[in-house]
Amino acid sequence: MLYSEKVMDHFTNPRNVGELPDADGVGEVGNAKCGDIMKMFIKVENGVITDCKFKTFGCGAAVATSSMATELIIGKKIEDALKLTNKAVVEALDGLPPVKVHCSVLAEQAIKSAIADYYTRQGIDPTPIVGEIGDCEACHV
Amino acid sequence: MNRFVYADNAATTPVSDSVLQAMRPYLQEKFGNPSSIYALGRQAQQEVENARAAIAGAFGVQPGEIFFTSGGSESDNWAIKGAAAAQLKKGKKHIITTNIEHHAVLHTCAHLEKMGFMVTYLPVNDEGYVTARQVKEALRPDTALVTIMYANNEIGTIQPIPEIGAVCREAGVWFHTDAVQTVGNVDIDVAKQNIDLLSLSGHKIHTPKGIGALYVRRGIVLDTLIDGGGQERGRRAGTENILGIAALAQAVLDACSTVEQRAAAVSPLRDRLIDGILSSVPKCRLNGGRSPRLCGNVNISFEAVEGESLLLKLDQYGICASSGSACTSGSLDPSHVLLAIGLPHEIAHGSLRLTINEHTSPEDVDYMLETIPQVVEYLRKMSPLWHE
Repeated sequence: MLYSEKVMDHFTNPRNVGELPDADGVGEVGNAKCGDIMKMFIKVENGVITDCKFKTFGCGAAVATSSMATELIIGKKIEDALKLTNKAVVEALDGLPPVKVHCSVLAEQAIKSAIADYYTRQGIDPTPIVGEIGDCEACHV
Repeated sequence: MNRFVYADNAATTPVSDSVLQAMRPYLQEKFGNPSSIYALGRQAQQEVENARAAIAGAFGVQPGEIFFTSGGSESDNWAIKGAAAAQLKKGKKHIITTNIEHHAVLHTCAHLEKMGFMVTYLPVNDEGYVTARQVKEALRPDTALVTIMYANNEIGTIQPIPEIGAVCREAGVWFHTDAVQTVGNVDIDVAKQNIDLLSLSGHKIHTPKGIGALYVRRGIVLDTLIDGGGQERGRRAGTENILGIAALAQAVLDACSTVEQRAAAVSPLRDRLIDGILSSVPKCRLNGGRSPRLCGNVNISFEAVEGESLLLKLDQYGICASSGSACTSGSLDPSHVLLAIGLPHEIAHGSLRLTINEHTSPEDVDYMLETIPQVVEYLRKMSPLWHE
């Protein structure tokens, strides 16, 4: 398994690990049976994601994609954060081995799930804005 | 301070000094092709036969019963496919194996299933053992072969091979065992243990990769797997890997002459590792029964931790280990061995295998016992599944 230096950097020194006790939105995706779970916490002020933290159970790529995803959305407006694709996460990490691309899908879904939770807490139906958050395509259960 | 601890000897081993010495002449001086007629070739052929005799002696068999192959996978493939094809001529098309075999056996059996063979996969118990009674009950009049590994590569459990061999011999069914992990760890006497076919690999016992052997009991004629020239008495084609063959002979002699010393030296370190981890890390379990178990095998699952992350983190501390997690198996499912002993997927993902040997020092064990709990704690702090 060959990981890029950036993946190894984000695995070795993951950014924004932890929880936000006063989070405005929390999303959790994946399942333990597959070996990957990502939990994202976001803080939102005036439509901007001011802070984001994560907790991840998973492989090196799962940790690295979580870490990179938090970096990519902090400071972004919600609507821009929603545009974050798994491809952008992969590119920001200088690539992932093909069997690990599903980890980046999980990272994208974790962010969408946290944003959906934020809208729900605001009394807004998230589905028209966030869309359906599908199951991880690689997941077999 | 970081040490370098190689604790993945079940994956492969470095070439030992004695093996390197044994190989050296075959690189540049004695490089001849054993099939050549001139002295250089004849000498090479003589060396191949000397090596064969040495290996045969170590297992108490005749030189004519040892065939050189490219390694454990080829030996397993040849034994199973060769036996299946030979037995099919007698109308036999049933194979018995277990659900914890190496993929070289399991995937070969799956291949034969596609060709019309029926395969019984005996389940192991939650400690990772199968019994001779299970084998006896699974035997059918059309059973062509029983293939059961001597010791498991992941969880180190040693199967009751002599008892299983006796059941097979009584029924007149050929019995193959994959002993790749076993050589040097257990006294193997194929005659007493009623073994008809036995696979072994060099690089687990300090040869370079790419050499192995298959023991084929006299009287058994397997269909060939590799056709070509007349090497290995026409049973396995290909110019002899004299470098590897010389290495294998030395390695087998080294391994088989030190079984007791190895067990005496390594078992206490293994037990200290197992007991040390189990007592210092909450929510973990030993996979595979404690006895009989390979003297260097430790396999422990940690809740709420994923195996690949664990390995990458341990690597940063200089510790080389392996895991049965899906991420390290290259598939979505965790190790079939860990699932076979009843572990739920999520626990199987968090397994750690340490395989030590006589070169592992007590200080290496101290270092692992100090490092592993720290790494597990670090990963658990990052894990959404972990609740103190």
